[in-house]
Amino acid sequence: MSYLTFIEQRNSQVKKSSLEALSVASKIAKSEGAPSNAVLVGKDIKGNFDTLYKFGADSVFYKDDAKLEFYNPVIYRDLVVNAVRKTNPKRVFFSATSMGKDLAPAVSCRFEATVIGDCTEYKESSGKIIWKRPVYAGKCYILLCGNKNPEFVTLRPNVFNAVEQASSNKSEVEIDFDIGSVNPKIQVKEIRVQQKGRPELTEASIIVSAGRGLKGPEHFSLRDQLADVLGAAIGTSRAVVDAGWRPYSEQVGQTGKTVSPNLYIAIGLSGAIQHLAGMTSSKVIVAINKDKDAPIFKIANYGIIGDAFEVIPALIEEFKRVLGK
Amino acid sequence: MKIIVCVKRTPDTTTQIRVKPDKSGIEQDIEWILNPYDELAVEEALKLKEKNGGIVTAISLDPDANNSVLRRCLAMGVDEACLLKGGKNYDSYSVAKLLADEIKQREYNLVLFGKQAIDDDNYQVPSMVATLLDVPWVSVVTKVEVNGDSVCATRQIEGGEEIMETKFPCVISCQRGLNEPRYPSLKGIMLAKKKEIPVKEIASLPESVAVTGHEAPSPRPPGRIVGEGSGAVKELVRLLKEEAKVL
Ligand SMILES: Cc1cc2nc3c(=O)[nH]c(=O)nc-3n(C[C@H](O)[C@H](O)[C@H](O)COP(=O)(O)OP(=O)(O)OC[C@H]3O[C@@H](n4cnc5c(N)ncnc54)[C@H](O)[C@@H]3O)c2cc1C
Ligand SMILES: Nc1ncnc2c1ncn2[C@@H]1O[C@H](COP(=O)(O)O)[C@@H](O)[C@H]1O
Repeated sequence: MSYLTFIEQRNSQVKKSSLEALSVASKIAKSEGAPSNAVLVGKDIKGNFDTLYKFGADSVFYKDDAKLEFYNPVIYRDLVVNAVRKTNPKRVFFSATSMGKDLAPAVSCRFEATVIGDCTEYKESSGKIIWKRPVYAGKCYILLCGNKNPEFVTLRPNVFNAVEQASSNKSEVEIDFDIGSVNPKIQVKEIRVQQKGRPELTEASIIVSAGRGLKGPEHFSLRDQLADVLGAAIGTSRAVVDAGWRPYSEQVGQTGKTVSPNLYIAIGLSGAIQHLAGMTSSKVIVAINKDKDAPIFKIANYGIIGDAFEVIPALIEEFKRVLGK
Repeated sequence: MKIIVCVKRTPDTTTQIRVKPDKSGIEQDIEWILNPYDELAVEEALKLKEKNGGIVTAISLDPDANNSVLRRCLAMGVDEACLLKGGKNYDSYSVAKLLADEIKQREYNLVLFGKQAIDDDNYQVPSMVATLLDVPWVSVVTKVEVNGDSVCATRQIEGGEEIMETKFPCVISCQRGLNEPRYPSLKGIMLAKKKEIPVKEIASLPESVAVTGHEAPSPRPPGRIVGEGSGAVKELVRLLKEEAKVL
């Protein structure tokens, strides 16, 4: 029995999070002596094959077509379903990105299966794999295992390492499926890219987040300057979004984005339960708040009691000095 | 225009989640609310109806046949509600299949969902229902424009948005930013109390995943105050570099 990993690309480049998923799949496949296959669809994608072999793929099932340049849920689903039918895998992996979370259930439902989604850990136990995933925005974890083949799994980005490993075979197989035969009934009209040059919240290894403590929208440039020194993504609280100071895309928390960076710097954020739900799985948390009793200090590894307007400029200077910028 | 909205009961966001001693699930003596993303779906349905005319139906699948969230939908202005008693909480495929089977028996132009239920955060039911109904779908939507039969929906993705074009019938899942859900009016609440909510009992399906346990998150180490004001900055940065090694 084989393994299959869906590889996501943007602008013809495979995403790092897909290599993380491929690495996990290949590692498990190799321990069972099973082939690890990848499925890659898009436009001008053939330059990525070698990268996939490097991370353990034995064969790549692909479709290279101008019509696949952008994500089309219906066509992508039908292509991946086709690859699953052809390779008859034991497990199918996706990265839990916007695309992966949208696509995996559409594919799995053709096999009458639930997706074991957004996993952050796994353990092998008498021939089965027990997957661990956060629920209630991380207030609790659930342990699951599939009970039929194929089993569909999505992995949270940034949690597993992309690891180079040996691959055999190294063959490419074009998916034998006529895209023209599908009536997609839907198409991408436009893609708008925001905040160029800054990492995206869910993919960042450092996040600088600021809340209502910054007093007004005009002061968020302070947060952004600090983020720029660290190459960090920017986040905020719902209170700030509701006040219209910052866009919703920056909201961290139970009804915003769930993040797990290496370093989360929380400035002028009280640490409401809904905010904590979205970020307590961060590796290291730093809190800066002028109220020594703010709940955020209870979960912060390091805290500074102080005024954001005094502490942020000092932090910018010190980080610049230490990082040699 | 016929719009169906699928809604689920979820724990209130302020709830402390406690794992049962036998790890089979979470303690249920908590406050429940209409899933906040489903509230957006209800609001969007009502707005579309106000503009284009039509009828809005809310459907909820609940193993305990609890109809509180459907009452809330009626109070907000939904025309009719249908409660399906059955299903398992966790299994997205069976939830989607049971909902799709019910939807297939009805006429619809649009089926609206929340982008995710904030209990299991599964994020699966909308794409599954669309696939089972064989209609196109757009998930995580922050803007919907309807023009006759055409639908233009803006979908949030990493670092940007995709604008998708499709036609009715279709499925859309709603993300914050789409609208501001209304509060039920007193009149709406009174009217909703009088409306009947039919209950359909349905058979469950075999499970495709097995839940083997629940775990509370590992507690974080107790917080540590490095110091006060900008004087503490040097020491903080040193700790991040040398102790935590995250720079
Ligand atoms: C259904 C629901 C869902 C929600 N989902 C989310 C969510 O996803 N994400 C989220 O964040 N919230 C969410 N909330 C809101 C949440 O309950 C809080 O209201 C919100 O997180 C508070 O934001 P805040 O910390 O920026 O503001 P506040 O709670 O007002 O905290 C401001 C903090 O700044 C400090 N401060 C003030 N001045 C300074 C200064 N000069 N220097 C340093 N510190 C200063 C104060 O001491 C205080 O601790 C949700 C609420 C509900 C009801
Ligand atoms: N039991 C249910 N009854 C009705 N709708 C549901 C149910 N479960 C999920 N949904 C819908 O599907 C969306 C996504 O849920 P999920 O895939 O479970 O995260 C929710 O926001 C609801 O709109």
